[in-house]
Amino acid sequence: MNQPFPEPSEQTLLDEAVATLLAPGGLDLDSLDTGLAHAMGAGVDFADLYMQRSWHESWVLEDGEVKEGSYNIDGGVGVRAMAGEKTGFAYSNQISPDALADSGHTAAGIVRSGARLGVEPRLVKPVIERYAGIDPLSGLSAADKIEMLKTADRVARAADPAVTQVSASLTGVHEVVLVRASDGTLAADIRPLVRFNVSVIAARDGRRERGSAGGGGRFAMSRLREEGVAERYAREAVRQALVNLEAVDAPAGQVPVVLGPGWPGILLHEAVGHGLEGDFNRKGSSAFAGRMGQRVASPGVTVVDDATLADRRGSMSVDDEGTPGAYTALIEDGILTGYMQDKLNARLMGMAPTGNARRESYAHMPMPRMTNTYMLPGDDVPEDIIRSVRHGLYAVSFGGGQVDITSGKFVFSASEAYLIEDGRITAPVKGATLIGNGPEAMSRVSMIGHDMELDTGIGVCGKEGQGVPVGVGQPTVKLDELTVGGTQS
Amino acid sequence: MTQAFDAAAQQALLESRAEAALDQARRLGADACEVGASVDQGVDVSVRLGEVESIELSRDQGIAVTVYVGKRKGSASSSDAGEASIRAAVEQAMAIAHYTGDDPASGLADAALMAKEIPDLDVHHPWPLTTDEAINHALACETAGREVAGISNSDGASFSSGEGVRVYANSHGFLGSQRGSQHSLSCVLIAEDHQGMQRDYDYTSERDPRKLREPAEVGVSAAERALSRLGATRPVTGRMPVMFDPRLASGLIGHLMSAIAGGALYRQASFLCDGLGQSLFPEWFTLKEVPREPGAIASSAFDNDGVYTRDNVFIENGRLASYMLSAYSARRLGMETTGNAGGARNLRLQAPLESRESLLTKMGSGVFVTELMGQGVNGVTGDYSRGAAGFWVEDGKLQHPVEEFTIAGNLRDMFAGLMGVGDDTDTRGSIHSGSWLIEEMTVAGS
Repeated sequence: MNQPFPEPSEQTLLDEAVATLLAPGGLDLDSLDTGLAHAMGAGVDFADLYMQRSWHESWVLEDGEVKEGSYNIDGGVGVRAMAGEKTGFAYSNQISPDALADSGHTAAGIVRSGARLGVEPRLVKPVIERYAGIDPLSGLSAADKIEMLKTADRVARAADPAVTQVSASLTGVHEVVLVRASDGTLAADIRPLVRFNVSVIAARDGRRERGSAGGGGRFAMSRLREEGVAERYAREAVRQALVNLEAVDAPAGQVPVVLGPGWPGILLHEAVGHGLEGDFNRKGSSAFAGRMGQRVASPGVTVVDDATLADRRGSMSVDDEGTPGAYTALIEDGILTGYMQDKLNARLMGMAPTGNARRESYAHMPMPRMTNTYMLPGDDVPEDIIRSVRHGLYAVSFGGGQVDITSGKFVFSASEAYLIEDGRITAPVKGATLIGNGPEAMSRVSMIGHDMELDTGIGVCGKEGQGVPVGVGQPTVKLDELTVGGTQS
Repeated sequence: MTQAFDAAAQQALLESRAEAALDQARRLGADACEVGASVDQGVDVSVRLGEVESIELSRDQGIAVTVYVGKRKGSASSSDAGEASIRAAVEQAMAIAHYTGDDPASGLADAALMAKEIPDLDVHHPWPLTTDEAINHALACETAGREVAGISNSDGASFSSGEGVRVYANSHGFLGSQRGSQHSLSCVLIAEDHQGMQRDYDYTSERDPRKLREPAEVGVSAAERALSRLGATRPVTGRMPVMFDPRLASGLIGHLMSAIAGGALYRQASFLCDGLGQSLFPEWFTLKEVPREPGAIASSAFDNDGVYTRDNVFIENGRLASYMLSAYSARRLGMETTGNAGGARNLRLQAPLESRESLLTKMGSGVFVTELMGQGVNGVTGDYSRGAAGFWVEDGKLQHPVEEFTIAGNLRDMFAGLMGVGDDTDTRGSIHSGSWLIEEMTVAGS
């Protein structure tokens, strides 16, 4: 799964980033050094420039017609100046010498006295490309894109007469970034990101339910068509809606919970991942703070954050500070072994950056964020896991989750779940919200399947108002007890 | 260190750019066109443990163009409202309209409905404060909170102040623009005991800085909220009354508004499809919109279609009196727009208000919920199940904090089971409401 692209090509990426981001504003790599010097004011110990340009395209089908299409161009430069724990930040939607000087002076105003440090000479480190540096929007004509959406509509409507509404969307982003920092960092990346989504409403006997499915990753839109996602996600969305039409009210109370493989890994994202981000641990505000080297999960539980997976939605060849994306073990066999770090928090904690610095755009400050977070497989046979439960819940898909990293409490809402009765999966249930405490829940993991799967590429993680694409994954997992928030007490 | 912002000049510039975009769309063959543009500028300061953590100067702009060719539509937007970017956006929108399909409901709102006059709604109160003053506000807030006994850590205090201009124009000849400002202060504090840590926050946010709460009061309140959560237990599982604090009650009104929004209705993605005229709430409950209330957070004289805004009554004596519609969703439903393109602006309740004590007495025993987590609201079915934290109530009195439980029900039942509204109205957001007491929900805890 960790296969790199065959030809490392930092130079090509760099040339393309320079041509795309710098040349139009009359800048070159030397003028970036000049720009960076503005941000390295008195007392500033680190500064960086983040240049970005993105092209976002979106097509939406409703009522069998593609009625909406939109195109968005965004771009600019974000300038940070740091002094100890202090950060000054300014940005501009122009990438020009004036913008660099203005934003640099503004950011440097975070401190007003101290030594003036220089900018280290450019140092381009070898980078392994985790995805092809391409424009994912080209290579498929507008007519082809529309045809894909219409295919999804036809397939969904043909799948079952109960389907009354179908909407489908195709979106893609072509993003070019260039990072230059006072520590010598110079790194470029071209990040494609595409996604296809289908949502249906099915109605029967006065009941209405929704079903949805989708996926994508860091590759060309044309691959979505080659892989037949329009048909696949249309059928999957209908299947889910039909299951929900049969669903009974969920139980309320504490029961054993079996989570299916793939997307239910959102549990790890909420229950473990956020609590292991460097900023919360440096500030001591995470329930996991100060627990490095301690047992925080059952034996057998190994959780990693992995930016290196080929073509995955959460992958990054380099992060938004120019650090190469990495594979970081967070929990190994139940023991806390790693935090996710950006440069600021790594430095303040005396650790090394882990390539987890991410930002929504040039107009946002980077923070430690997850990439693709998943649990490694165990030895159990999924059927045995189900058979081991007398009365419990089997949850296979989720709408979304949230965590309070200080108390460790997390919540996530099932969009497809079933009762387990006497070791068999029986009636589908609706409205099941699961709630628990991160470290506690991880200590109740009692069986781990051999069927590790990654999600299809739909995750968006929000933190302090910034959204970034992420991936999750896990094998089938059994938690001995978790609170299910249904209505049937 | 703050940058100068000449709102009048920015407004004139955006207006001329919007008109240029309309001209260009006409020249390129668009039958109709609409343009939205905005510029916002501000400062955002955060402090933690008595030290400045970050200072951020923001300046965002954007322009969005939608063109109509016959019944086809195309849209494009850019984060740069410069002339070249606008030209490119119009060309992109035209290119897209070449591929999209016919939509009989597409097009601008009727010309006769455009807002005729744009009164000053008293929403622009710029605050020319220095960065040091901004820092001092945040520091005063955090310091006061940290001085409260039992506060062990801080996630910091943030102060932000900004102003901006937004313009909407369309090929009916309508051009509306409005300046606005917003100033906010928030604080997150952490309390700790042998059982672990608890965090909570408080904030104040206003268009007019003179109305902001005192920084120290916000900090102390955040501290008290965090402290009050220490020692939380899990409530027992069962069916019982649930009271929502004012902020969370506003969220319930938000779910109602999502369900009566035209977009959800024509997509059949609402549990209130065909709900018009139905009795949803007790007879004593009325919910209205006052989009032109002077000084209010969401006030505007025109909606996102350029249509004049008017007072709407959505719930009248318990009945669903009106949906919330834009020009497009109204056409889809064969109805008239309610001037709600872009959503509801300033919602207010009309109901007999009671003291919190009186509501708690009415409740007897149950839970008073002060925080909700997760996204467990299904707009299609009205099914509601969310993570919660708050206080256990017995004999009409708060007993002790509770956490790690869920509350579940169906929004229809919850609305019908509304037993009372508190006089503890939260006026910070666009929806003003006091606490809500709901007759019965399922609590899942231990």
